[in-house]
Amino acid sequence: MSSESNNNWWIWKVFWILLVVTAVEVVLGIIKPQYLIETKFLGTILLNHIFIILTIIKAAYIVMIFMHLGDERPALQWTIILPAVILIPYLLFILLTEGGYTHFMRF
Amino acid sequence: MAVANNTDFGQAWEGGDKPFAASYGKLMMWFFLVTDALTFSGFLAAYGFSRFKYELSWPVPDEVFTHFPFFKGEYPLFFVALMTFILIMSSVTMVLAVNYGHKMKKKQVILWLSLTIIGGITFLGSQAWEWGHFIHGDKGAIITEEKEIIHLVNDEKKISSVYKFMGVDSYSKDRFSQMNYEQFVEKFKSQNKYKLKSSKKVVLEHDDAVTLLESKGKDFVLGANLVKNEYGHALFADYFFFITGFHGFHVFSGVVLLIILLINVIANTYEKRGHYEMVEKIGLYWHFVDLVWVFVFTFFYLV
Repeated sequence: MSSESNNNWWIWKVFWILLVVTAVEVVLGIIKPQYLIETKFLGTILLNHIFIILTIIKAAYIVMIFMHLGDERPALQWTIILPAVILIPYLLFILLTEGGYTHFMRF
Repeated sequence: MAVANNTDFGQAWEGGDKPFAASYGKLMMWFFLVTDALTFSGFLAAYGFSRFKYELSWPVPDEVFTHFPFFKGEYPLFFVALMTFILIMSSVTMVLAVNYGHKMKKKQVILWLSLTIIGGITFLGSQAWEWGHFIHGDKGAIITEEKEIIHLVNDEKKISSVYKFMGVDSYSKDRFSQMNYEQFVEKFKSQNKYKLKSSKKVVLEHDDAVTLLESKGKDFVLGANLVKNEYGHALFADYFFFITGFHGFHVFSGVVLLIILLINVIANTYEKRGHYEMVEKIGLYWHFVDLVWVFVFTFFYLV
Protein backbone atom coordinates (compact mmCIF):
# COMPACT_ATOMS: atom_id res chain seq x y z
CA MET A 1 0.00 0.00 0.00
CA SER A 2 2.82 2.40 0.86
CA SER A 3 4.45 1.93 -2.55
CA GLU A 4 1.07 2.63 -4.21
CA SER A 5 0.56 5.89 -2.37
CA ASN A 6 4.13 6.84 -3.25
CA ASN A 7 3.18 6.55 -6.91
CA ASN A 8 0.41 9.08 -6.42
CA TRP A 9 2.45 11.82 -4.77
CA TRP A 10 2.35 14.02 -7.90
CA ILE A 11 -1.47 14.08 -7.78
CA TRP A 12 -1.48 15.35 -4.20
CA LYS A 13 1.27 17.84 -4.99
CA VAL A 14 -0.92 19.41 -7.70
CA PHE A 15 -3.91 19.29 -5.32
CA TRP A 16 -2.02 21.33 -2.70
CA ILE A 17 -0.84 23.82 -5.32
CA LEU A 18 -4.42 24.34 -6.56
CA LEU A 19 -5.72 24.65 -3.02
CA VAL A 20 -3.07 27.17 -1.92
CA VAL A 21 -3.51 29.30 -5.06
CA THR A 22 -7.31 29.35 -4.55
CA ALA A 23 -6.84 30.28 -0.89
CA VAL A 24 -4.52 33.15 -1.88
CA GLU A 25 -7.15 34.38 -4.37
CA VAL A 26 -9.93 34.30 -1.76
CA VAL A 27 -7.80 36.08 0.86
CA LEU A 28 -6.79 38.77 -1.65
CA GLY A 29 -10.44 39.10 -2.72
CA ILE A 30 -11.55 39.67 0.87
CA ILE A 31 -8.85 42.00 2.19
CA LYS A 32 -8.35 43.87 -1.13
CA PRO A 33 -4.98 45.52 -0.41
CA GLN A 34 -5.24 49.27 -0.95
CA TYR A 35 -2.15 49.51 -3.17
CA LEU A 36 -3.35 46.78 -5.56
CA ILE A 37 -6.75 48.45 -5.97
CA GLU A 38 -5.47 51.97 -6.53
CA THR A 39 -2.81 51.08 -9.10
CA LYS A 40 -4.22 50.73 -12.59
CA PHE A 41 -2.47 48.93 -15.41
CA LEU A 42 -3.79 48.17 -18.92
CA GLY A 43 -7.32 49.35 -18.15
CA THR A 44 -7.89 47.47 -14.92
CA ILE A 45 -6.61 47.38 -11.34
CA LEU A 46 -3.43 45.50 -10.43
CA LEU A 47 -5.40 43.07 -8.23
CA ASN A 48 -7.32 41.79 -11.27
CA HIS A 49 -4.03 41.13 -13.10
CA ILE A 50 -2.89 39.06 -10.12
CA PHE A 51 -6.16 37.10 -10.20
CA ILE A 52 -5.75 36.41 -13.92
CA ILE A 53 -2.13 35.25 -13.55
CA LEU A 54 -3.06 32.94 -10.64
CA THR A 55 -5.98 31.55 -12.67
CA ILE A 56 -3.73 30.78 -15.63
CA ILE A 57 -1.28 29.01 -13.28
CA LYS A 58 -4.14 26.85 -11.97
CA ALA A 59 -5.39 26.16 -15.51
CA ALA A 60 -1.88 25.13 -16.61
CA TYR A 61 -1.57 22.62 -13.75
CA ILE A 62 -4.99 21.12 -14.50
CA VAL A 63 -4.35 20.80 -18.24
CA MET A 64 -0.71 19.69 -18.18
CA ILE A 65 -0.79 17.35 -15.15
CA PHE A 66 -4.37 16.24 -14.45
CA MET A 67 -5.32 15.96 -18.12
CA HIS A 68 -1.84 14.53 -18.95
CA LEU A 69 -1.36 16.92 -21.85
CA GLY A 70 2.27 17.24 -20.75
CA ASP A 71 2.74 13.54 -21.59
CA GLU A 72 1.36 13.83 -25.14
CA ARG A 73 3.47 14.47 -28.24
CA PRO A 74 4.49 18.13 -28.73
CA ALA A 75 2.53 18.27 -32.01
CA LEU A 76 -0.69 17.36 -30.17
CA GLN A 77 0.11 19.76 -27.34
CA TRP A 78 0.42 22.64 -29.80
CA THR A 79 -2.70 21.58 -31.73
CA ILE A 80 -4.71 21.97 -28.54
CA ILE A 81 -3.00 24.97 -26.96
CA LEU A 82 -2.42 27.23 -29.99
CA PRO A 83 -6.08 27.81 -31.04
CA ALA A 84 -6.92 28.79 -27.46
CA VAL A 85 -3.96 31.09 -26.83
CA ILE A 86 -4.39 32.85 -30.20
CA LEU A 87 -8.19 33.14 -30.47
CA ILE A 88 -9.15 33.88 -26.87
CA PRO A 89 -6.85 36.89 -26.26
CA TYR A 90 -7.81 38.15 -29.74
CA LEU A 91 -11.53 37.98 -28.93
CA LEU A 92 -10.96 39.53 -25.51
CA PHE A 93 -8.96 42.36 -27.02
CA ILE A 94 -11.73 43.17 -29.53
CA LEU A 95 -14.68 42.88 -27.13
CA LEU A 96 -13.09 44.65 -24.17
CA THR A 97 -11.82 47.52 -26.34
CA GLU A 98 -15.25 47.85 -27.93
CA GLY A 99 -17.00 47.63 -24.55
CA GLY A 100 -14.79 50.37 -23.12
CA TYR A 101 -15.39 52.52 -26.19
CA THR A 102 -19.20 52.18 -26.12
CA HIS A 103 -19.10 53.10 -22.43
CA PHE A 104 -17.02 56.15 -23.30
CA MET A 105 -19.47 57.19 -26.04
CA ARG A 106 -22.61 56.78 -23.89
CA PHE A 107 -21.47 58.74 -20.84
CA MET B 1 -3.87 0.32 -53.83
CA ALA B 2 -0.99 -2.06 -54.30
CA VAL B 3 1.37 0.77 -53.53
CA ALA B 4 -0.53 1.74 -50.43
CA ASN B 5 -0.18 -1.68 -48.86
CA ASN B 6 3.58 -1.60 -49.13
CA THR B 7 4.20 1.71 -47.40
CA ASP B 8 3.63 3.36 -44.05
CA PHE B 9 1.73 6.01 -45.96
CA GLY B 10 -1.12 3.56 -46.63
CA GLN B 11 -1.17 2.44 -43.03
CA ALA B 12 -1.53 6.01 -41.84
CA TRP B 13 -4.44 6.78 -44.12
CA GLU B 14 -6.38 3.59 -43.55
CA GLY B 15 -6.59 3.82 -39.80
CA GLY B 16 -3.56 1.73 -39.00
CA ASP B 17 -1.60 4.48 -37.29
CA LYS B 18 -2.73 6.58 -34.42
CA PRO B 19 -2.17 10.23 -35.29
CA PHE B 20 -0.16 11.98 -32.54
CA ALA B 21 0.17 8.53 -30.91
CA ALA B 22 -3.20 9.10 -29.24
CA SER B 23 -6.26 6.91 -29.82
CA TYR B 24 -9.18 8.08 -31.95
CA GLY B 25 -11.50 8.51 -28.96
CA LYS B 26 -9.00 10.50 -26.92
CA LEU B 27 -8.14 12.73 -29.87
CA MET B 28 -11.80 13.49 -30.58
CA MET B 29 -12.41 14.24 -26.88
CA TRP B 30 -9.53 16.74 -26.99
CA PHE B 31 -10.89 18.41 -30.12
CA PHE B 32 -14.36 18.63 -28.56
CA LEU B 33 -12.84 20.19 -25.46
CA VAL B 34 -10.99 22.79 -27.56
CA THR B 35 -14.25 23.88 -29.21
CA ASP B 36 -16.07 23.86 -25.87
CA ALA B 37 -13.31 25.99 -24.35
CA LEU B 38 -13.81 28.50 -27.17
CA THR B 39 -17.58 28.52 -26.48
CA PHE B 40 -17.05 29.29 -22.81
CA SER B 41 -14.45 31.95 -23.58
CA GLY B 42 -17.02 33.50 -25.94
CA PHE B 43 -19.50 33.74 -23.06
CA LEU B 44 -16.95 35.16 -20.64
CA ALA B 45 -15.68 37.65 -23.23
CA ALA B 46 -19.29 38.78 -23.83
CA TYR B 47 -19.64 39.21 -20.07
CA GLY B 48 -16.50 41.35 -20.14
CA PHE B 49 -17.92 43.43 -23.00
CA SER B 50 -21.17 44.20 -21.13
CA ARG B 51 -19.32 44.86 -17.91
CA PHE B 52 -17.01 47.38 -19.57
CA LYS B 53 -19.96 48.96 -21.40
CA TYR B 54 -22.13 49.35 -18.26
CA GLU B 55 -19.18 49.78 -15.91
CA LEU B 56 -20.93 52.26 -13.61
CA SER B 57 -24.15 50.33 -12.99
CA TRP B 58 -22.54 46.87 -12.78
CA PRO B 59 -22.89 45.23 -9.33
CA VAL B 60 -19.81 44.46 -7.23
CA PRO B 61 -19.74 40.64 -7.09
CA ASP B 62 -18.63 40.35 -3.47
CA GLU B 63 -21.58 42.51 -2.39
CA VAL B 64 -23.93 40.09 -4.18
CA PHE B 65 -22.64 36.66 -3.15
CA THR B 66 -22.23 37.11 0.58
CA HIS B 67 -24.10 34.25 2.20
CA PHE B 68 -23.17 30.87 3.58
CA PRO B 69 -25.71 28.10 4.34
CA PHE B 70 -26.74 27.90 8.03
CA PHE B 71 -24.76 31.02 8.97
CA LYS B 72 -26.25 34.43 9.54
CA GLY B 73 -24.25 37.49 8.58
CA GLU B 74 -22.07 38.23 5.57
CA TYR B 75 -19.21 36.04 4.40
CA PRO B 76 -18.28 37.19 0.91
CA LEU B 77 -16.62 34.59 -1.35
CA PHE B 78 -16.54 31.78 1.22
CA PHE B 79 -19.32 29.70 -0.30
CA VAL B 80 -17.94 29.91 -3.88
CA ALA B 81 -14.50 29.10 -2.51
CA LEU B 82 -16.01 25.98 -0.93
CA MET B 83 -17.62 25.05 -4.27
CA THR B 84 -14.24 25.49 -5.97
CA PHE B 85 -12.67 23.24 -3.35
CA ILE B 86 -15.35 20.55 -3.90
CA LEU B 87 -14.71 20.57 -7.65
CA ILE B 88 -10.90 20.48 -7.28
CA MET B 89 -11.30 17.59 -4.84
CA SER B 90 -13.48 15.66 -7.29
CA SER B 91 -10.83 16.31 -9.95
CA VAL B 92 -8.24 14.70 -7.67
CA THR B 93 -10.39 11.61 -7.11
CA MET B 94 -10.88 11.42 -10.90
CA VAL B 95 -7.09 11.43 -11.56
CA LEU B 96 -6.75 8.68 -8.97
CA ALA B 97 -9.45 6.64 -10.76
CA VAL B 98 -7.63 7.11 -14.10
CA ASN B 99 -4.35 6.15 -12.46
CA TYR B 100 -5.73 2.90 -11.01
CA GLY B 101 -7.39 2.23 -14.38
CA HIS B 102 -3.92 2.16 -15.97
CA LYS B 103 -2.93 -0.46 -13.41
CA MET B 104 -6.13 -2.47 -14.08
CA LYS B 105 -7.21 -2.28 -10.44
CA LYS B 106 -10.97 -2.57 -10.70
CA LYS B 107 -11.83 -2.14 -7.02
CA GLN B 108 -9.80 1.05 -6.67
CA VAL B 109 -11.35 2.46 -9.87
CA ILE B 110 -14.83 1.81 -8.43
CA LEU B 111 -13.92 3.50 -5.13
CA TRP B 112 -12.47 6.68 -6.67
CA LEU B 113 -15.13 6.94 -9.38
CA SER B 114 -17.86 6.76 -6.72
CA LEU B 115 -16.17 9.54 -4.74
CA THR B 116 -15.95 11.64 -7.93
CA ILE B 117 -19.70 11.19 -8.51
CA ILE B 118 -20.41 12.24 -4.90
CA GLY B 119 -18.25 15.35 -5.42
CA GLY B 120 -20.11 16.21 -8.63
CA ILE B 121 -23.53 15.83 -7.00
CA THR B 122 -22.41 17.94 -4.00
CA PHE B 123 -21.29 20.66 -6.38
CA LEU B 124 -24.65 20.60 -8.21
CA GLY B 125 -26.47 20.85 -4.88
CA SER B 126 -24.34 23.84 -3.87
CA GLN B 127 -25.10 25.50 -7.16
CA ALA B 128 -28.84 24.94 -6.64
CA TRP B 129 -28.53 26.64 -3.25
CA GLU B 130 -26.60 29.51 -4.81
CA TRP B 131 -29.22 29.96 -7.53
CA GLY B 132 -32.06 29.78 -5.01
CA HIS B 133 -30.47 32.46 -2.90
CA PHE B 134 -29.72 34.63 -5.92
CA ILE B 135 -33.31 34.37 -7.21
CA HIS B 136 -34.87 34.98 -3.80
CA GLY B 137 -32.69 38.04 -3.28
CA ASP B 138 -31.29 39.53 -0.15
CA LYS B 139 -31.88 43.19 0.62
CA GLY B 140 -34.13 44.28 -2.20
CA ALA B 141 -33.95 47.54 -4.16
CA ILE B 142 -36.06 50.17 -5.90
CA ILE B 143 -36.46 50.45 -9.65
CA THR B 144 -37.16 53.70 -11.49
CA GLU B 145 -39.18 54.27 -14.63
CA GLU B 146 -35.90 54.27 -16.55
CA LYS B 147 -35.17 50.78 -15.15
CA GLU B 148 -32.32 52.00 -12.95
CA ILE B 149 -31.71 50.10 -9.73
CA ILE B 150 -31.60 52.27 -6.58
CA HIS B 151 -30.39 50.90 -3.24
CA LEU B 152 -31.43 51.99 0.24
CA VAL B 153 -28.38 52.96 2.32
CA ASN B 154 -28.01 53.85 5.99
CA ASP B 155 -25.99 56.74 7.40
CA GLU B 156 -22.78 54.71 7.05
CA LYS B 157 -23.48 54.45 3.31
CA LYS B 158 -23.89 50.67 3.58
CA ILE B 159 -26.69 49.03 1.59
CA SER B 160 -29.55 48.16 3.95
CA SER B 161 -32.51 45.88 3.52
CA VAL B 162 -35.80 47.35 2.31
CA TYR B 163 -37.56 44.45 4.07
CA LYS B 164 -36.09 45.48 7.43
CA PHE B 165 -36.94 49.11 6.71
CA MET B 166 -40.58 48.11 6.17
CA GLY B 167 -40.60 45.62 9.02
CA VAL B 168 -41.43 42.69 6.73
CA ASP B 169 -39.97 39.18 7.07
CA SER B 170 -38.10 38.60 3.80
CA TYR B 171 -38.82 34.85 3.97
CA SER B 172 -42.57 35.07 4.56
CA LYS B 173 -44.75 33.71 1.77
CA ASP B 174 -46.84 36.83 1.25
CA ARG B 175 -43.88 39.20 1.35
CA PHE B 176 -44.75 40.67 -2.06
CA SER B 177 -48.22 41.79 -0.93
CA GLN B 178 -46.82 43.14 2.34
CA MET B 179 -44.36 45.41 0.57
CA ASN B 180 -46.26 48.55 -0.40
CA TYR B 181 -44.26 51.07 -2.39
CA GLU B 182 -46.37 54.17 -1.47
CA GLN B 183 -45.98 53.31 2.23
CA PHE B 184 -42.25 52.99 1.67
CA VAL B 185 -41.99 56.49 0.18
CA GLU B 186 -44.00 57.98 3.09
CA LYS B 187 -41.84 56.19 5.65
CA PHE B 188 -38.64 57.18 3.87
CA LYS B 189 -39.60 60.90 4.03
CA SER B 190 -39.80 60.72 7.82
CA GLN B 191 -36.53 58.80 8.36
CA ASN B 192 -33.73 61.31 7.88
CA LYS B 193 -30.81 58.97 8.49
CA TYR B 194 -31.59 56.89 5.42
CA LYS B 195 -30.26 57.80 1.99
CA LEU B 196 -30.29 56.27 -1.49
CA LYS B 197 -27.51 55.01 -3.69
CA SER B 198 -28.13 55.57 -7.40
CA SER B 199 -27.49 52.96 -10.07
CA LYS B 200 -24.17 54.68 -10.77
CA LYS B 201 -23.22 54.14 -7.10
CA VAL B 202 -23.53 57.80 -6.10
CA VAL B 203 -25.01 58.36 -2.62
CA LEU B 204 -27.88 60.89 -2.72
CA GLU B 205 -28.53 63.02 0.37
CA HIS B 206 -31.93 62.57 1.99
CA ASP B 207 -33.71 65.50 0.28
CA ASP B 208 -32.41 64.60 -3.18
CA ALA B 209 -33.42 61.02 -2.52
CA VAL B 210 -37.01 62.03 -1.70
CA THR B 211 -37.18 64.05 -4.94
CA LEU B 212 -35.93 61.06 -6.92
CA LEU B 213 -38.42 58.68 -5.30
CA GLU B 214 -41.34 61.03 -6.02
CA SER B 215 -40.38 61.93 -9.59
CA LYS B 216 -38.98 58.69 -11.01
CA GLY B 217 -39.38 55.88 -8.45
CA LYS B 218 -41.70 53.11 -9.55
CA ASP B 219 -41.60 49.94 -7.44
CA PHE B 220 -39.50 47.50 -5.45
CA VAL B 221 -37.29 44.90 -7.09
CA LEU B 222 -37.13 41.85 -4.85
CA GLY B 223 -34.83 39.08 -6.00
CA ALA B 224 -33.72 38.34 -9.54
CA ASN B 225 -35.09 37.03 -12.82
CA LEU B 226 -34.13 37.42 -16.46
CA VAL B 227 -35.90 40.80 -16.80
CA LYS B 228 -34.72 42.63 -13.70
CA ASN B 229 -32.74 42.03 -10.54
CA GLU B 230 -32.08 43.87 -7.31
CA TYR B 231 -28.29 43.78 -7.66
CA GLY B 232 -27.81 46.17 -10.56
CA HIS B 233 -27.87 46.09 -14.35
CA ALA B 234 -30.37 43.54 -15.74
CA LEU B 235 -27.67 41.89 -17.88
CA PHE B 236 -25.77 40.87 -14.73
CA ALA B 237 -28.41 38.30 -13.74
CA ASP B 238 -28.79 37.16 -17.36
CA TYR B 239 -25.09 36.37 -17.58
CA PHE B 240 -25.16 34.76 -14.14
CA PHE B 241 -27.96 32.37 -15.11
CA PHE B 242 -26.51 31.70 -18.54
CA ILE B 243 -22.85 31.10 -17.70
CA THR B 244 -23.19 29.28 -14.37
CA GLY B 245 -26.20 27.44 -15.82
CA PHE B 246 -24.25 26.27 -18.87
CA HIS B 247 -21.39 25.19 -16.63
CA GLY B 248 -23.81 23.44 -14.25
CA PHE B 249 -25.30 21.60 -17.22
CA HIS B 250 -21.77 20.41 -18.10
CA VAL B 251 -21.33 19.16 -14.53
CA PHE B 252 -24.69 17.39 -14.74
CA SER B 253 -23.72 15.72 -18.05
CA GLY B 254 -20.41 14.74 -16.47
CA VAL B 255 -22.17 13.11 -13.52
CA VAL B 256 -24.42 11.15 -15.91
CA LEU B 257 -21.36 10.00 -17.93
CA LEU B 258 -19.56 9.01 -14.72
CA ILE B 259 -22.54 6.95 -13.52
CA ILE B 260 -22.69 5.09 -16.85
CA LEU B 261 -18.92 4.58 -16.61
CA LEU B 262 -19.21 3.22 -13.07
CA ILE B 263 -21.91 0.74 -14.13
CA ASN B 264 -19.65 -0.44 -16.97
CA VAL B 265 -16.67 -0.81 -14.65
CA ILE B 266 -18.74 -2.87 -12.20
CA ALA B 267 -20.07 -4.97 -15.13
CA ASN B 268 -16.45 -5.84 -16.10
CA THR B 269 -16.75 -4.17 -19.54
CA TYR B 270 -13.22 -2.77 -19.42
CA GLU B 271 -11.71 -5.92 -17.86
CA LYS B 272 -12.94 -7.79 -20.96
CA ARG B 273 -11.73 -5.04 -23.28
CA GLY B 274 -8.29 -5.24 -21.70
CA HIS B 275 -7.92 -1.53 -20.93
CA TYR B 276 -9.60 1.28 -18.99
CA GLU B 277 -9.19 3.99 -21.62
CA MET B 278 -12.85 5.05 -21.27
CA VAL B 279 -12.08 6.17 -17.70
CA GLU B 280 -9.31 8.35 -19.15
CA LYS B 281 -11.57 9.90 -21.82
CA ILE B 282 -14.39 10.77 -19.42
CA GLY B 283 -11.71 11.91 -16.96
CA LEU B 284 -10.55 14.44 -19.59
CA TYR B 285 -14.10 15.82 -19.78
CA TRP B 286 -14.40 15.96 -15.99
CA HIS B 287 -11.13 17.89 -15.61
CA PHE B 288 -12.29 20.28 -18.31
CA VAL B 289 -15.43 21.05 -16.27
CA ASP B 290 -13.15 21.86 -13.32
CA LEU B 291 -10.98 24.01 -15.61
CA VAL B 292 -13.99 26.05 -16.76
CA TRP B 293 -15.07 26.59 -13.16
CA VAL B 294 -11.61 27.97 -12.33
CA PHE B 295 -12.21 30.67 -14.94
CA VAL B 296 -15.86 31.29 -13.99
CA PHE B 297 -14.77 31.66 -10.36
CA THR B 298 -12.21 34.30 -11.29
CA PHE B 299 -14.24 36.31 -13.78
CA PHE B 300 -17.63 36.11 -12.10
CA TYR B 301 -16.81 36.21 -8.41
CA LEU B 302 -13.31 37.68 -7.96
CA VAL B 303 -12.65 40.30 -10.62
